[in-house]
Amino acid sequence: MPELRNLTLNFGPQHPAAHGVLRLILEMEGEVIKRADPHIGLLHRATEKLAESKPYNQSIGYMDRLDYVSMMCNEHGYVLAIEKLLSVEVPERGQYIRVMFDEITRILNHLLWIAAHGLDVGAMTIFLYAFREREDLMDCYEAVSGARLHATYYRPGGVARDLPDTMPQYEAGKFRSDKDANRLNENRQGSLLDFLEDFTQKFPKYVDEYETLLTDNRIWKQRLVDVGIVSPERALQMGFTGPMLRGSGIEWDLRKKQTYEVYDKVEFDIPIGTNGDSYDRYLVRMAEMRESNKIIIQCIDWLRKNPGPVHTEDHKLFPPSRESMKGDMESLIHHFKLFTEGFCLPEGEAYAAIEHPKGEFGCYIISDGANKPYRLKIRAPGFAHLAGMNEMSKGHMLSDIVTIIGSQDIVFGEIDR
Amino acid sequence: MANSKQLAESLKQTFTSQIESCEVANKEVTIVVTDRNLISVLEQLKTYPEFAFEMMIDLCGVDYLSYGKAEWKTEIASNTGFSRAVEEDDGKIIDPDKRFAVVYHLLSYANNQRLRVRVYVTNNELPIIPSVIELWNCADWYEREAFDLYGIVFDGHPDLRRLLTDYGFIGHPFRKDFPLIGQVEMRYDPEKKRVVYEPVSIEPRVLVPKVIRNDHRFEKVKEKKDSSFDA
Repeated sequence: MPELRNLTLNFGPQHPAAHGVLRLILEMEGEVIKRADPHIGLLHRATEKLAESKPYNQSIGYMDRLDYVSMMCNEHGYVLAIEKLLSVEVPERGQYIRVMFDEITRILNHLLWIAAHGLDVGAMTIFLYAFREREDLMDCYEAVSGARLHATYYRPGGVARDLPDTMPQYEAGKFRSDKDANRLNENRQGSLLDFLEDFTQKFPKYVDEYETLLTDNRIWKQRLVDVGIVSPERALQMGFTGPMLRGSGIEWDLRKKQTYEVYDKVEFDIPIGTNGDSYDRYLVRMAEMRESNKIIIQCIDWLRKNPGPVHTEDHKLFPPSRESMKGDMESLIHHFKLFTEGFCLPEGEAYAAIEHPKGEFGCYIISDGANKPYRLKIRAPGFAHLAGMNEMSKGHMLSDIVTIIGSQDIVFGEIDR
Repeated sequence: MANSKQLAESLKQTFTSQIESCEVANKEVTIVVTDRNLISVLEQLKTYPEFAFEMMIDLCGVDYLSYGKAEWKTEIASNTGFSRAVEEDDGKIIDPDKRFAVVYHLLSYANNQRLRVRVYVTNNELPIIPSVIELWNCADWYEREAFDLYGIVFDGHPDLRRLLTDYGFIGHPFRKDFPLIGQVEMRYDPEKKRVVYEPVSIEPRVLVPKVIRNDHRFEKVKEKKDSSFDA
C-alpha cells in the first residue's frame, strides 16, 4: 500500500480571493485543511518607521493608506492620540462631522466587504449593487476633501474645513448625454447635507435589497452557516474585536463602552450574533449598516441647526486661514512654523482607540517632546483576525477558506502596515 | 470607563514590590515590571477578578536608542548661534540598561478598563524576555512582529519566525540605528538573468530635522493632567 502524505498547497499571493497579497501555505489532507500558515508582509511599507521621520501632520496621509477602504477612521485613531497628548478640545461641530464621516466610512467599508465577500462565495449581483452606493458616499468624500479615497480630512484639533454648500456635478460629454447628466445631478442641487439626507432615506431600502438577495438564499447559507465558528472565549483569547467579536455574542463596542467624540449623544444599538459563525458575522455587519444610517441622520439634523467652528483656533496647532496669512504677521509666522517644522508634543505616551469598521483601531504614540513621534505603533484589527486564521480554518474544506477570509474582512494595507 | 486612579491604587496594593512604578497620565495607567516578574504579574492581572484583563490588545517593541536627542539645538542656541546642519547622532543611550522595551496594552472586557505594561529588556546584545503566548494566544503574531522588527527574542515562543520582512532579510529594520532607506536595494540583472541585491546607492537625508521644544503651554497641560486624571 502506498504511503499517504499530507499535501502542502500554496494559495496566493496572486489569488483573486486572497483580498490583496495574502499568501497561505495550506497543509491538506485530501480536501480538508490541517494547518494554515499565512505569510504576510508583502505589502509592508514600514508606515510606523516612516512616521518616525516626519512631523506629525505629514503622517495623516499615511493613515488613509493603511486600511484603504475605511480611510477616515484610520485618520481618526491617529489624530485622537495626538489630541490626547496635547489635551486639545475639538469644537462640537467638528466632533459631529467626525462622527458622521466615521459612519459614512463604516458603510463604505461594509459595502466593499459585502461586495467582495459575495463575489468570493459566488454571488455576483451584490457586487454591482454595493458599488452603486459606494459611488454616492465617495462623492461625499470628494465634496468635503477633494479626494475620493485618501482624504486627509481629519486634523489634530478638528477637521480640515467645514462642510461644503455645493456638491460636485456630473458633466455631459462624449459618453453621457445631457439627459443622463441631469438625471444624475438631480439630488446634487443642494448642499452636502441635502445630498446625504437623500441618501439616508434611500439606503435602508438598498440594505433590504441586499438582504433579499442573500439572507435567505440557500446557496449563501450553505456556504456561510457553521463555517469558521469562534466561541466567545476564543475570540477574547485571540484578540478579536469589532464584528468578529460581536458575531460571537459579546456585546463590546468602543463607541458605547469607551465613548469618544459625541457618540454618547447619538442613539444606536449594538447588533450581536449568537453562533459566532460566518453567517452571524454577515448579519451583524448588515445590521451595523442600518445603525450607521441612523447615526448619520442624527448628525445631519444636528449639523443643520448648529453652525460654528469645526477646528481649534489654536494656531500653534492648526494653520490660520489663508486670508489672515496675507495681512497678519503673526499668522504668517504660525503658517511658516507649522509647515516647515510642525508642532511639538509634550513628552509622554498615549494610546487612543476607536471603533473602526473592522474592530479596534488604536494608535500608540511615544513622544520625547519632539516634532516627530518617537515611536508610533498602529494596532490594526485585521492583524489579530488574520492571526486567528489557522484556528478558524482547521478541519474545514478548501473552499471554506475563501468564506473565512471574506468573513474576516481582510485588508492588507492595515495588516502589513 | 472605570476610574484610572482607582485601578492604579489597587495595582499598587496588590503588587507592592513586584512592580517598579505605576503612573497615571492622560487617564491611562502604566506599570513598569522587570522581566523576572513579568509572567507572574501578567498572570495575576489576567486572573484576578478585580483586574480581569482577559484580552491583550497590543504588544510592541520600542528602541530607546535616540530618545530625547534632537538634531537641532533650540534653547542653548541663543548664546552660541545656530548651526543649521543636521548633527549626527553619536548613538549613546541615556540609560544603557534600558535600550529595548516591550509594551503590552491590556483590556478588560468585564471591568471596562485598560492598562499598559512596560518591561525593559536588560541585555542589549541579545534582548530576551519570556513569551506570553500561554496567557494570551494572540501574542503569537505580535511577538513574531517584535522579533522581526526589533530583534527581541521571546523565550518560549513555539514558532519565532520573521513575519513582515522579506524572506532572507538581514537586520531588524525598526531599530533606531537601522537607516530609513535600508541597507540593500534590489534590481533585475539582465546578465545574470535574476534579481540581485546590492548596497543602497542613495544618500540618506533628513527633510525636517527633529526638534525638541519645551513649550511653556505644556506645563499647563501637565498641571491639568495631574489635577484631573480620574475618568
